[in-house]
Amino acid sequence: MNLWALVIATIVGCYLLKLAGYLVPARVLDHPRTRRLVELLPVALLAALVVVEALANGRHLEFNGPRLAGFAVGAVAVWRRAPFLVVVVAAAVTAALLRLA
Amino acid sequence: MTATEPDDTARRSAIRDSLGVGLAVGAYGFAFGAASVAAGLSVLQTCLLSLLAFTGGTQFAVVGVVAGGGTLVAALGSGLLLASRNTLYAMRLAPLLNVRGARRFVAAHGTIDESTAMAIAQRTPILSRVAFWWTFAGVFTFWNLSTLLGAAGASALGNPNRFGLDAVIPAAFLALLAPRLRAGAIERRVAVGGALIAAILIPITPPGVPVLASCAALLLAGTVRGRPA
Repeated sequence: MNLWALVIATIVGCYLLKLAGYLVPARVLDHPRTRRLVELLPVALLAALVVVEALANGRHLEFNGPRLAGFAVGAVAVWRRAPFLVVVVAAAVTAALLRLA
Repeated sequence: MTATEPDDTARRSAIRDSLGVGLAVGAYGFAFGAASVAAGLSVLQTCLLSLLAFTGGTQFAVVGVVAGGGTLVAALGSGLLLASRNTLYAMRLAPLLNVRGARRFVAAHGTIDESTAMAIAQRTPILSRVAFWWTFAGVFTFWNLSTLLGAAGASALGNPNRFGLDAVIPAAFLALLAPRLRAGAIERRVAVGGALIAAILIPITPPGVPVLASCAALLLAGTVRGRPA
């Protein structure tokens, strides 16, 4: 894959999506259904990303013990509404320690 | 007209909170920098994404699909679909910030989850503007610094999974998802649907497709509030 093409397309696309909200008249995009759709889109995508990052190794489902344990500890921290730094450190330390053991 | 000016205490408190948010995302930037280099992007490409794309969830999604061996189209598609929420934020912020001319182009760059949330949470439009610009400045500074440190660190230290990075990434996505899960039952249903679609597709489709296909879970929302347009 051409990584430079991906980087540039991501940069341009992200900026245009942000700018569109300032330049396009609100009535063009601001239908309740469009709004709801765009609000729910990240919910589906983020949930899928959680699963893929936790369980996928390329095209295989992989149940990697330290990774899943670290993720589980991080998930408890999220559930307990811990600050983001705590979530990151808890997940990383758990997985790293289990790999040392 | 001192009555329309925010008093110093409220202003200082908005600035302090905004910079606090900036510091908090620093941890996330560190993880992004490391993940991006581990996925095969150079330190320069990684830092350019943080400087110029400047929207964390999307950046993570793009390098995640690259790391999994997905195609350019799958990586870009997942990233831009996730970035489309910034358009809604911009529409919400445009009347609040009341920016004109060239400043609109700068405000657009700073339109992300954190700056929008902080701006909307303020009591007056003046405080909203203070919160937007200071959160933008704080997040931009710490996000880019921590991206550079994470990327340079990962290229110096080797496989970041030794340090548990592979456990951090799904936890980071969950942290982004959590406030949306608390928003309502439809959100939770769409999330479960998206997660199931991804889990089922991982072994049978090319990398990247499970994430893109999760959008079909939005049809689950249609059964309650009319089919989404």
